[in-house]
Amino acid sequence: MANEILEEHINSEYKWGFTTDIESDTFKKGLNEEVIRLLSHKKNEPEWMLEYRLKAYRYWLTMKEPDHWAYFQYPRVNFQDISYYSAPKKKPVLNSLDEVDPELLKTFEKLGISLEEQKRLTGVNSNIAVDAVFDSISVKTTFRETLAEKGIIFCSFSEAVQEHPDLIKKYMGMVVPYTDNYYAALNGAVFSDGSFCYIPKGVRCPMELSTYFRINSSGTGQFERTLIVADEESYVSYLEGCTAPQRDENQLHAAVVEIIAHKNAEVKYSTVQNWYPGDKNGVGGIYNFVTKRGLCVGDYSKISWTQVETGSAITWKYPSVILKGDNSVGEFYSVALTNNHQQADTGTKMIHIGKNTKSTIISKGISAGVSNNSYRGLVQIRKGALNARNFSQCDSLLMGDKCGAHTFPYIEIKDKSAVVEHEATTSKIGEDQLFYCNQRGISTEKAIGLIVNGYCREVLNKLPMEFAIEAQKLLAISLEGSVG
Amino acid sequence: MITIKNLHASVEGKEILKGINLEIKAGEVHAIMGPNGSGKSTLSSVIAGRSDYEVTEGEVLFNGKNLLELAPEDRAREGVFLAFQYPVEIPGVSNINFLKTAINEIREYKGMPNIEAKDFLALVKEKQKLVELDGKLANRSVNEGFSGGEKKRNEIFQMAMLNPVFSILDETDSGLDIDALRIVANGVNKLRSKENAFLVITHYQRLLEYIVPDFVHVLYNGKIVKSGTKELALELEEKGYDDIKKQFELA
Ligand SMILES: Nc1ncnc2c1ncn2[C@@H]1O[C@H](COP(=O)(O)OP(=O)(O)OP(=O)(O)O)[C@@H](O)[C@H]1O
Ligand SMILES: [Mg+2]
Repeated sequence: MANEILEEHINSEYKWGFTTDIESDTFKKGLNEEVIRLLSHKKNEPEWMLEYRLKAYRYWLTMKEPDHWAYFQYPRVNFQDISYYSAPKKKPVLNSLDEVDPELLKTFEKLGISLEEQKRLTGVNSNIAVDAVFDSISVKTTFRETLAEKGIIFCSFSEAVQEHPDLIKKYMGMVVPYTDNYYAALNGAVFSDGSFCYIPKGVRCPMELSTYFRINSSGTGQFERTLIVADEESYVSYLEGCTAPQRDENQLHAAVVEIIAHKNAEVKYSTVQNWYPGDKNGVGGIYNFVTKRGLCVGDYSKISWTQVETGSAITWKYPSVILKGDNSVGEFYSVALTNNHQQADTGTKMIHIGKNTKSTIISKGISAGVSNNSYRGLVQIRKGALNARNFSQCDSLLMGDKCGAHTFPYIEIKDKSAVVEHEATTSKIGEDQLFYCNQRGISTEKAIGLIVNGYCREVLNKLPMEFAIEAQKLLAISLEGSVG
Repeated sequence: MITIKNLHASVEGKEILKGINLEIKAGEVHAIMGPNGSGKSTLSSVIAGRSDYEVTEGEVLFNGKNLLELAPEDRAREGVFLAFQYPVEIPGVSNINFLKTAINEIREYKGMPNIEAKDFLALVKEKQKLVELDGKLANRSVNEGFSGGEKKRNEIFQMAMLNPVFSILDETDSGLDIDALRIVANGVNKLRSKENAFLVITHYQRLLEYIVPDFVHVLYNGKIVKSGTKELALELEEKGYDDIKKQFELA
């Protein structure tokens, strides 16, 4: 009975599945050195960037597609059947909103993302600077001037290659070299766009920075590249959001995100990942194969990852922190929800190198339908990482009895002074809990929302206010149906 | 207010309630006593609409409405409240948020707008006082990590907040210390009015000294086998259920 009730309520509907009808400049499908040269040329890149891409590409050719998650049955990606560049034809000209294609403005408006700065001026401190990425290119970055006054650089990655080549050369690949893994190598070769943030020494970024990724064209892949550098004593909170149209095909989003935190700097990185998850029968949806990693290079630096993952057909994602500086701190707060046929394999790696380094991992998995949801995490304490501390808590919540939840914690301790704690729980939304809510007048739909949000509270509390509200709604929508 | 006629209910094919007849009028307090496993909690679950129980015969009328046709949340919105024998924990959901959601769902059902934040807070304050509930408990997650007695007191706090028409207290007294018992009973007495009614399930005469019932019934083996006034409770406490068991033992 409880299962029937739950099933009725977990038939979700994807509300961001529309397509923008816009003329675009799209490459023919296929991948070879010519395509990479053309891509680099389109972006007007300097020679060194092209060289980097080619090196990554040649390295990628020597690698094998990973298959160690073999129990995931999924149609393999045919890398020759993807177009590696697609951009709206009308070229966006920066600094003037009027020159962004109105069709694109409308698209982002529809997604709840305003690209007009004055519109955000409600609530004094609630401004958010947005970099809007549409398929392969960034169409607009807001609040650049305001931020520039403080010396903060916030622009698309492509622009940064042009305008801040020294910073890009210095930091790109520092945390995730193209040799890191198969998808990182591919990304190194064909990365499209993403954001670049640089917070100078001693500056507290006065507003949230965010990037919104939208996949629109069919048959394309999106290869996000984002780089965040926080110089000494600086602070920034960065948000990432994403959606894609509803389609029968599987599209690839293979991102590389690198964060570098210098001495005493703090970076908070939050994601609400809402890529199209495929339909009820598992047809279509985004393959979200992502490498996100932060490097606490300076003493007393701190990097926190907070993610709410509700979308994508398949997610492989392990936002990690390398704790190199002494007394540095790494945090990972995650909610991953899978429904229908979705597969998520997500977690983190905390690599302790410096002394007195501390990491916290809170992971909340929610599985419904016939989905599979795995936590996979590594806590590594290297030799000499004196007094390292880790606390991990991995909880799974099952809705119905056809879904799966798995936990794979790997712990490697090479220093005896380490203290590592791991806790794990698995629970079900009980019929008892639902009946208790019903008995107080609360509908089953609302009750599921309450219980799930309660279960995720520790993580949702870490999100910036506006995002937390959005995430709560998203969790509810992803689980609730049209009933009620 | 509530009329139960020849109610039969079973769980997993086993009949538990075997023809219950009971009428409770507005302003009345009825007590149900009876040995373990006789069907007391089953009766309250069936009235509240728990889905594990199948009603095979009979009817329940609540202010003229066929209660058994309503979804459990609608029964609650109509004013039926059950203080659970074993209250459920809901981690991460604050008592306050839970009650606000409940109140607004009930209000919506009645075509009323959401409660104003300040009215809600005032209500919380008032009802907290009524059951002398520690302010900290109100802000904690629903029943999570509450002691047995705190859970019971929280049920009465919720009852006070929702102001139901008909309340069933399923062994609310068990697990309460002597002071808490008095406080809870006082709370119930303050909530009693000509417009509402209570069904109090208990094993102990002591509670009925505080909440004085108009009628006492003995439930045995799925049937009400004896009814009387508060003296019946005293008698049972003295003699136990032996006589009743002998008299109604199944052949
Ligand atoms: N969900 C269930 N599945 C199987 N049997 C059940 C279920 N619910 C109740 N029963 C059985 O029905 C009978 C009556 O149970 P009930 O809980 O109503 O008794 P009670 O009078 O409230 O007892 P107590 O005084 O111990 O609280 C018991 O034999 C019990 O085991
Ligand atoms: Mg009972």
